[in-house]
Amino acid sequence: MNKVSLLDIIGPVMVGPSSSHTAGACRIGLFARDLVGGDPDRAHVELHGSFARTGQGHGTDRAIVGGLLGFQPDDERLRESLELAEARQFEVKFDNIKLRGDVHPNTARITVHRHNVTAQVVGSSLGAGRILITQVDGFQVDVTGAFPTLVVAARDVPGVVAHCATVLARAGINLASVRLSRRAKGGDAIHVYECDSEPGADALAAVRSFPGVTLTRAIARVS
Amino acid sequence: MYDALAEAFTDAMDQQVSLGELALRVETASGLRSREQIIAGLQRALDVMRGAIARGMPGDLRSVSGLVGGDAAKLANPRGPLAGTLFTDVLAGALAVQEVNAAMGVIVAAPTAGGAGVLPGVLLGIAGRYPAVTDEVLVRGLAAAGLVGAVIAVRASLSGAEGGCQAETGAAAAMAAAAGIEVLNGTPEEALHAVALAMQGTLGLVCDPLGGLVEVPCVYRNATGGAIALAGIEMAMAGIRFPIPVDEVIDTMGEIGRSMDVRYRETAGGGLAATPTGRKLAKERLVQIKKKPDA
Repeated sequence: MNKVSLLDIIGPVMVGPSSSHTAGACRIGLFARDLVGGDPDRAHVELHGSFARTGQGHGTDRAIVGGLLGFQPDDERLRESLELAEARQFEVKFDNIKLRGDVHPNTARITVHRHNVTAQVVGSSLGAGRILITQVDGFQVDVTGAFPTLVVAARDVPGVVAHCATVLARAGINLASVRLSRRAKGGDAIHVYECDSEPGADALAAVRSFPGVTLTRAIARVS
Repeated sequence: MYDALAEAFTDAMDQQVSLGELALRVETASGLRSREQIIAGLQRALDVMRGAIARGMPGDLRSVSGLVGGDAAKLANPRGPLAGTLFTDVLAGALAVQEVNAAMGVIVAAPTAGGAGVLPGVLLGIAGRYPAVTDEVLVRGLAAAGLVGAVIAVRASLSGAEGGCQAETGAAAAMAAAAGIEVLNGTPEEALHAVALAMQGTLGLVCDPLGGLVEVPCVYRNATGGAIALAGIEMAMAGIRFPIPVDEVIDTMGEIGRSMDVRYRETAGGGLAATPTGRKLAKERLVQIKKKPDA
């Protein structure tokens, strides 16, 4: 017996034309949106590999902007997302890019601004609508979007993980995975907690109360 | 779900049920969702499929590049030797869904967006001519198709980038063949042979879309995929038995996919995409986003 479910095969319901170039791209946009906590003011979308080569014909640009606007992969507004973004004075700039290293062909780097918050994600669309977020704000991560995810930015000091884990445990939230990534000892670090249920505003506030925590974001399940 | 259709066949015979009913039981037993939730999910897929055919038939849609659209509407008034039969209904339904897909409309990836026309074309084509084929029956058809797709996913592939078009419209035709047998009250044995008979007809099929887009030939290949599914259904119900067991046919598809040159796996480097006209159309219709130096 294998783990493939009937609804994986007969699904997802989605706006065409491509599960990888459209549905997956939308999910990367949704992740970036949640990282700044809502409607962005500005975004810079950089497309790599097949996303750059065939992205426009596949509506990858529209799908990513739709995700940034909070539209799900089956939302028909994806088709006119560029016009809707303009109407909302949400400024989006596109470029093609060649990311270095062993990067999946369907990859986008999205830099997004909302009020005084800026975030950057690098995400790949793996096929059949599945995604993998590989970088948040330049930190290496490994997030599928298949779980509600808590992202915490903090100074690299002892006790942050213990504090976050305690807060989540008190809120009755079970963890599926934990990953800590830092650039240098004592510098900044990013924590990613994949949860079985969504952390609420109280849990977020409690996490943020710890000295050294600079940002907390709850990312909804995107796939 | 199952790793082999032979195992599913044994269980279906033991439990005296169809492949579709077996799929619903096995999926329920896996514990992720209740039977009601699974049926509701499949019913929603069916509703979206029906909506996509209705949206595509009038013929007013055009794809993002403008290369495809309006061909399903032409088959609403067929003139050939099979005009006015299930055959032309299936072709029209498959084209309609795939034209909607190319125009960024809502479809069900079944198993993928690129092969999304075959299953609705076949199933709803049959439903249009057999009043006994109610939504409840069609949901069982989708469950049977899902079971077959799950076996193909683990034994071979459901991705054009991995296995060529045989893994997308080919897999969809095999799934639709099982679904057709299910809704026409065929036996599990007929279903397995319909799958084998359909899939043998798509072995080696390359993925060669112009400009890498899900447009040409994908839209038309969904229609011919539907025709191949009908051929599998018709032969199996006549008692024809394919000599190579269906799981070995699926393995063959996977093996051919793995050894297929990368030009024929969704890269637009070979096949129809590499023809003089294919290249010219891709160049004319696909406006590139401006280049930026390495970062």
